[in-house]
Amino acid sequence: MRFRRRRAAEAEQAVPEPVPVPAGPPAYLVLDALGRKCPIPIIMLAERIREVPLGQVVAVQADDAAARTDIPAWCRMKSQTFVREEALPQGGWAFHIKRDY
Amino acid sequence: MLLDQARSRIASLLSVRPDELSFTTSGTQAVHLAVLGALAGRRRVGRHLVVSAVEHSSVLHAAEAHERDGGAVTTVPVDLYGRVDPAAFAAALRPDTALTCLQSANHEVGTVQPVAEVAAACRAAGVPLFVDAAQSLGRVAVPDGWSLLAGSAHKFGGPPGLGLLVVRKGTRWRSPLPEDEREGRRVPGFENVPAAAATAATLEAATAESGAAGALHRELVERIRAEVPRLVADVEIVGDPVRRLPHLVTFSVLYVEGEAIVTELDRLGFEVSSGSSCTADSLRPSHVLEAMGVITHGNVRVSLPRGATAADVDRFLAVLPEAVVRLRRSAGVTS
Repeated sequence: MRFRRRRAAEAEQAVPEPVPVPAGPPAYLVLDALGRKCPIPIIMLAERIREVPLGQVVAVQADDAAARTDIPAWCRMKSQTFVREEALPQGGWAFHIKRDY
Repeated sequence: MLLDQARSRIASLLSVRPDELSFTTSGTQAVHLAVLGALAGRRRVGRHLVVSAVEHSSVLHAAEAHERDGGAVTTVPVDLYGRVDPAAFAAALRPDTALTCLQSANHEVGTVQPVAEVAAACRAAGVPLFVDAAQSLGRVAVPDGWSLLAGSAHKFGGPPGLGLLVVRKGTRWRSPLPEDEREGRRVPGFENVPAAAATAATLEAATAESGAAGALHRELVERIRAEVPRLVADVEIVGDPVRRLPHLVTFSVLYVEGEAIVTELDRLGFEVSSGSSCTADSLRPSHVLEAMGVITHGNVRVSLPRGATAADVDRFLAVLPEAVVRLRRSAGVTS
């Protein structure tokens, strides 16, 4: 899973045309909330971010459009760092969050 | 006769001339006619339209129609409180800008927009400003300087099915609809005379009591804004804390579905609304909450009715924390 993500990032860097994905550490934990409606992806994130060591990244995969607003907003409320949103090839997004405390 | 009387009474409350005011069949129709008519009237200047990101859907739908028709639209973003920056709004103006749209206050979060500043910038650039005043008519005075205005009677306690459209003298406007001689050639079809008369009476009454009612509402809303985050964990109050409508307060409760909390509060005797996606017709969450970048789920909008009392608010604050705990427990939230 992590290898595939790194390869995808490298492939994107090789092509000059598309918008470059901001650099960030690979995810330590990936949560699959695809097909789940908000607030479920946020509940999963809140419950499981503690499994990630400080400074590490958790990625939440979700396809409810509300997550695009709710995950960055949750990070702001909870003082965690929202790293980036990445479109998934199968639809939906992976939201990367760095655990700050 | 009745119609003329109603027109002058409302025009006087809005500080406009009677012939600048037309009655429409709804607030939505007033918005559509204001936006599309002003764009048609200034077609020779250009086809660029500026709107704020948090306009009512009737404004955004008119903007979409303009875009489908080959026009260009610039959307001005808002801050975390849902307020546009007047400088950013002014920066969106172009030589081919035909019209700008800014609501007087937001319908979902109550934030009052900087209409006076934006009107001044538009005036300096020679661009007309349309103000959707549906949320504030009869509650808060609308600042001067705009060219077109729309309102909706039922929003201030008047009859449903009656809207107000004001086109100030000197504003270029051409009906986007087939010619009709009624309402100064601005609105087709026969006027709803009884509704117009009722609207004049309710707007007069609402305006007369807006001072006292507004002060009480402001106090009650202040109490909700202060107490909800103290009583319920993981809640965010949304909207501007100071520059806001007196009667509206909105908050988002983390980890709870909007529909679930609306249903639960309804069961407890409180009729509230929500901008969360699951309560609306569409699957998308509210464009207002999205543009603000605040939590879109668990959204609760409390609109205090005329006659709301401190006892009502106390009871609301008494039942809310338990309701949230129940909903979170049933959603499997352990923290």
